[in-house]
Amino acid sequence: MSDGRESDERETNDGQRFDRLPATDAERTVEGRATREEVVDLFADRFGIPPETFDDYTFWEKGAGKIWIYGGEAPTPLRIEAIGMTCLRTRQEHWKPTTDFVQRFGHRATDCVIELDREQARRFASGEDQDLEWWDGDWGYLIAAHEVGVGPEGRPVRDGDAVEGGELEPLGVGLYVHGELRSMVPKGRQRDLES
Amino acid sequence: MEPLERYRPIIDDFDAFLAACQRPLGNAVRVNTIKASVERALEALAEEGVTYEQADWNPRVLRLETDSPGSTWSSFHGFTTGQEEVSAVPPVVLDPDPGERVWDCCAAPGSKATQIAALMDDRGTVVANDNNLGRISALRFNAERLGATSLAVTNDDARNYSLERFDFDRFDRTLVDAPCSCEGTIRKNPDALDNWSEGHISSVAGIQKGIIRRAIQATREGGTVVYSTCTFAPEENEAVVQHALDEEGCRVVDFDLALEHSPGLTEWDGDAFDSSLENAARIYPHQNDTGGFFVAKLEVTAE
Repeated sequence: MSDGRESDERETNDGQRFDRLPATDAERTVEGRATREEVVDLFADRFGIPPETFDDYTFWEKGAGKIWIYGGEAPTPLRIEAIGMTCLRTRQEHWKPTTDFVQRFGHRATDCVIELDREQARRFASGEDQDLEWWDGDWGYLIAAHEVGVGPEGRPVRDGDAVEGGELEPLGVGLYVHGELRSMVPKGRQRDLES
Repeated sequence: MEPLERYRPIIDDFDAFLAACQRPLGNAVRVNTIKASVERALEALAEEGVTYEQADWNPRVLRLETDSPGSTWSSFHGFTTGQEEVSAVPPVVLDPDPGERVWDCCAAPGSKATQIAALMDDRGTVVANDNNLGRISALRFNAERLGATSLAVTNDDARNYSLERFDFDRFDRTLVDAPCSCEGTIRKNPDALDNWSEGHISSVAGIQKGIIRRAIQATREGGTVVYSTCTFAPEENEAVVQHALDEEGCRVVDFDLALEHSPGLTEWDGDAFDSSLENAARIYPHQNDTGGFFVAKLEVTAE
């Protein structure tokens, strides 16, 4: 792969392999590809997730606009089945975080988090849309969260390694427009739970 | 149950063994510490009225008293994931550290690979491979649901696996949870013995020997290879490890396991195995009211 920076030729996205995102605009060689800076900025600007959250992670594109977050080692480009998890859909007007990303990293968010009660959470998890006109924050993609398993936080004494604590737990991504919260939980992740 | 008669000479209290094999297995889940501490997961379960019993040997393994362990909030959030109790043994024996490079060479649907990632605090590289493309989607789904960002998924035959795609040429640890005749899953799959034959065991053993050899070759000197199956047949267990001892640079090492178990065999059907195979563990269903399992731990020595 050429580094392309000093060439007029623009490479096109190869949807069959993983390519590491360029750090910034100046290093971009593939038309329309998101940069690491843009991705980290989006999570910080929209949701208040601190950029340093992602210091030990790399971001990759495979497929048109599908962004993956990965914590392990890998050279670029790479032709394998998957690395880490899909985290964001780009190459569209409004970039959309994934349910799995939000469940993994969304507890660090401070903005655009809509707190649901248990019945609202139940409807959200089952994939239902619902009227929630009391929300007076931004429209667009929100992190839906609810209180679950409220108990002792932090690292347990006997069996360490807890990665996080806290009371609010992210459920997934919702799209809020015209007083309605639309659940974006993919079909395979939807569950019928008790309220 | 008839095929199991061949194990009468090697299993203590064989009648209790047979009786256990006929009892259905309860539901067990593992707490996924990538997403929640054990305490938090227990709180979440208690809050929704699910009762559980924590395994003595591993506080992350819970026996649930519910018919639908997947329909809980703790499952939706990925705090817990369905995994049979004995299936959680091999990653604990592998004992990976954060930051290491680990290969799970027969990984789908990903219970053990995600458990390995959790044991590493989701830091390092866990290469989860499976040769069955149809099962890769379940592996990917589970990895994402459980938030395992350290996992890379590949689809190849482990027997001639190439490391050229990565920046490194050896793993620190490798888990060979080999495809097998699955005799030990009889409590979960009552038809597990329907197609049982010595010919099948012999052909599966050939595959297992190819995989364990490649696993040892792909692991650095001083590194660890854990070999496990969910079957009782010595042809697929001690004989496969013996083959590795004969053909590759490795030795069988001892490990602690706080579950009741029997030592590996040093003799079967006229064949003698190295005395170090006594360090392997045979877990029988009547010992802990679980499924059956075999686990051996190897250290890779000079080539």
